[in-house]
Formats: sequence, C-alpha cells, structure tokens
Amino acid sequence: MSVDLNAVRRIAHLARIEVSEAETPHLQREINAILKFVEALDAVNVDGVQPMTSVIPMRLPMREDIVTDGDIASKVLANAPRSEDGFFVVPKVIE
Amino acid sequence: MTDLTSLTLAEARDRLKSRAISSLEMTRAHLEAIERARGLNAFVAVTADKALEMARASDARLGKKEAGPLEGAPIGVKDLYATEAVHTQACSHILQGFKPPYESTVTANLWRDGAVMLGKLNMDEFAMGSSNETSCYGPVASPWLPPNWSPARGREALGSGKRGLLTPGGSSGGSASAVAARLCLAATASDTGGSIRQPAAFTGIVGVKPTYGRCSRYGMVAFASSLDQAGPLARTVRDAAIMLKAMAGPDAKDSTCSPAPVPDYEAAVGRSVKDMTIGVPKEYRLDGMSDEIERLWAQGAEWLRAAGARVVDVSLPHTPYALPAYYIVAPAEASSNLARYDGVRYGLREPASDVIELYQKTRAKGFGAEVRRRLMIGTYVLSAGYYDAYYLRAQKIRTLIKRDFERVFADGVDAILTPATPSAAFGIGEKGSENPVEMYLNDVFTVTVNMAGLPGLVAPAGFSGEGLPLALQLIGRPFDEETLFSLGETIEQSAGRMTLPERWWG
Repeated sequence: MSVDLNAVRRIAHLARIEVSEAETPHLQREINAILKFVEALDAVNVDGVQPMTSVIPMRLPMREDIVTDGDIASKVLANAPRSEDGFFVVPKVIE
Repeated sequence: MTDLTSLTLAEARDRLKSRAISSLEMTRAHLEAIERARGLNAFVAVTADKALEMARASDARLGKKEAGPLEGAPIGVKDLYATEAVHTQACSHILQGFKPPYESTVTANLWRDGAVMLGKLNMDEFAMGSSNETSCYGPVASPWLPPNWSPARGREALGSGKRGLLTPGGSSGGSASAVAARLCLAATASDTGGSIRQPAAFTGIVGVKPTYGRCSRYGMVAFASSLDQAGPLARTVRDAAIMLKAMAGPDAKDSTCSPAPVPDYEAAVGRSVKDMTIGVPKEYRLDGMSDEIERLWAQGAEWLRAAGARVVDVSLPHTPYALPAYYIVAPAEASSNLARYDGVRYGLREPASDVIELYQKTRAKGFGAEVRRRLMIGTYVLSAGYYDAYYLRAQKIRTLIKRDFERVFADGVDAILTPATPSAAFGIGEKGSENPVEMYLNDVFTVTVNMAGLPGLVAPAGFSGEGLPLALQLIGRPFDEETLFSLGETIEQSAGRMTLPERWWG
C-alpha cells in the first residue's frame, strides 16, 4: 500500500500536525518508503495467531479503590503555558 | 594520584566506602571532566550545585556508616527521566522549559541508594533515532575518533558542527558518550528497539536492556509503552550489574512493573558458565554481513565454549519480520503517547486563534522531522480501515517472534549469542538523509528482544579493521538477567577490558 498527497494531508490533520504544501511531497516519499519496508509482513501466515496484548504474562495488580493522591492543583498547573484561577487556558472553544 | 574519573563504578564505590576518597572529590573531578568535554555535547544540563549538595550529604552518611550501595557515586541521567525541578525534555523542543514536579521511580531508586546526579544527558528526540542526531540540542560526538584522525583534527571538528566525527549511536547517545569519555561513572539509559545496546556497542561499553517489567516506567517519558524499558550503561559488566540492582524493583505506580524481588546481580558476575547451553541463531547471519562481524561472533562462541559452555545452532524463523513489525507497533504506540503534547498543559505553545490550530501549530513547531514522521506513520496504521492490515497483523507477528524464543528456551538453551550491530559506528550526517529505513536497519539485531520483552546485554568484544569497537549481544530468558551477567563477564574477561580513548576533546 502507498499513500497519495491527499492521504498525507489527511494523516497530518488526524495527527494534529500542521504540514505545509511544500513539505507534503517529501513526507509522502518518506512515508511510502516506510510502508514499502513493512510490506515484508504480508508474507507471514498469521491465521489463527492471537495478537500480543501483554509482552510478559502477568496479572495486572488490583489496589484498593481509594484516593491516594490529590490536592496538587498548583503542581499540575506549574508547567502550563497559560493558566488562570486554577484552570488551563485555551483559545475560546465555543461561541 | 589516580585519575578519579577512570575508576570503575565498583572501584569508586569501594574507595568511597573505605573513605579513601570522598564523594565531594569524586564529584568535583567529574564536574571538571564534564566542563572540559563540553564539545562532545553529551550533557544538556549540568546540575553542579545539586551534585555538590548530594555529594556532601553522601559524605556525611558515609561518615556515619549509613551508606547506601551506591553512596557518593556520581552518575548521569538520560534526559527522558523525570527529575524533580530539573530540566526534563527528552531532548524535544516541545517540552521547552519543562521541569517535572515529581521524580521517576528509577532515579528515585538511585538517589535512595546514595548516587549523586551530575546532570541530564543528550538523546535522540523522544528516543526516536539511532545516532543522537534527532536531538533538539544537536548531535553528540563519540569519544572515539574516526580512523586515522589526529586529536587536533577531532578538536577542530568539535568546534565546527562535528562534521565527520563519529556518532555514539542512539537514542542513548549522550549517556554512551559520557560513560565512554569518563564524564560519569555510569548512566541511566532506555531501550525501545536498541537504544541502550547499539550505543554501548558503538562506544565500547556495556549496556543492559532488562526484561520488560524489571524496571518501573513511572516518570520515564513514554515512547512505545509495550517496548520501553530502563537500563544502565556502564564501563564494565560488574558496573552494569551494580546499576541495574539499584534501578530495578517493584513499583505500585507502574502496573506493568514486576513484583518479583531483584536478585543480587553482582553476585552473578564471575559465576561459572560451565555446562550452560548457548544458542547461535542462523537467521542473524544476514546477507552481505561483513567478515569482521562474522569473525567476532565465531570468536564469542569460542570464548564461551572455552569457558565450558555448550554452543548449539538454533533457529528463530520470524527474525526477519521483527524490524518491519516494530516500525508499525512503535510508531502506533508513539502516536497515542505523544498525543499529550498539545500546547495546553506543559511545554511549548504556539499562538493560534482556535484550539485545533493551537495543537497543529504547536506540534508542527515542537516536534522534529523524525518524530513527526513516526507520529504520522503511527496515526496512519491505527486509522479506520488500516488497523487490521497493519497494527493487528504486526501484533500477531509479535506473538510469533516471542514463540520462536520460547521454543528455543524450552529446548534447554540458557542464552542466545548474536552480534550487537551490523557494523561499527558511522559518522555524523552519514546515514538516513535519503531514506529513513537506512537508519532503522541499525536495530536489526536488537529489536527482536524488545518485541519479545526479553533481557539483552551488550558487551565489547573486539575491534573493526579500522580500530573501532565491536560488540556481542546475549539474549536471556525472561527475568534471567543473572545468566547474562555471568556470560557477559566471560566475554569481557576473554576479550580483555576495553581500552577507552585517551582524552582528546579538551
């Protein structure tokens, strides 16, 4: 499989990465080189094979359903580019 | 006086403990070495004040006989580990200015054991790279000079973009360069497809990628969560064992972290390897593999045989599919993990009139070319209509890769011996500019180990025809790092301790 220029634009939008028209053909070539490389996998018979979901077989641990941490709003916001009154600030989302 | 920076971690630890030297002396010697080595670009942040403060506290504990196992030993930390109130950016512009309000479990374990932090080490951006060239802080130079270069020529190149100098590999390039150049006694690193082991091979040092789940991932900047694992880079097998013992262990903050107690890895160093069975997988013999890699591999098998191990041929038939499957699984997980960098909660933020534009502009400006490329691949293989053909298929192939290893281990093989890399170190700017796949091929021998969650150790084993270090890799059963340390020590003893380059860098 390979991607065309429109597909590159669509992927960039889904990934929320702005891509200029000038960059698009270059990205298309690189993405297609990688897709070509992974085509080798088509040769493998995977009938009846379970996909890996856990690399090391282990039961996920359960813990008591209690609050273990919190009241750290100032720490959570400490690295925010913009915050106000204990909230992250973003450009207006609704009119 | 012995140069304090050329001691091994084990030697330094013993002298600190007997109070033959103080942590303050030790730490100062390393801070001076770091200053002189600025040109290598191994460190992206030096925490000198913190280091001296930690050293003084260590000296006090050493005086009161309350010393931890690593008390007073100065080490470096890959920029991917969250260190409280200290520069942590995974060498990405998108984390500009980020200072975590918390500490990663691995580094917290090291400080608990008395280690001293010298600073943060350069790396490929978000650990995506094999040459440390994708870092937003620029490439790192290896302390190994290119063949036939004079020290003067090396110094000149350091001052002019490092063109022609060798890469230390990646993504843990800063860690490898710093350890090999004796700027720290050892360093933390991380390995998603070979990022500990390939730099170890390129710089003539020892690297260990432990079993998935042996070290907590809490506070490590995530790349591909089912593959990422913390591990050490050090100058000897014993030093790597000492570091891993401190780094590893159960952690309630990472649900994939193993509850199993950590064995005394150092006790496994020097243990006999007699009657062990070592597998040599025929699928690792690549078409066009160089004679010197072939010879090194045969030599490694011979050393283990001479130490009393049995060497048998084994087959891991799905090996050729590991790297392509990795380039689906890793970008897919990365695209999900890196969705968090949105310009809202931390790091870079580009001005925009609406929130979608804010995300798009911030991510375009904040991520470098390799990261953008991988995020787009990951987004594509997870997108509607392509998930089954790519991601699900790759995860099935992963099951087959793991099954290959399980069969070999079930047949009585204790560990597998392979080359570490297809070649010795290459030059900065030499690879991957035309086709990204060229760079990816560096990980052909290491990536299977991540795909199967197994432990892998790389130890220096010889030199290329041009005099650059070459290394062998040992792959073990899950949670059997001890066997790897015993076998790694045998390789190290047989090959003779690697002589690292004399200081030419300043």
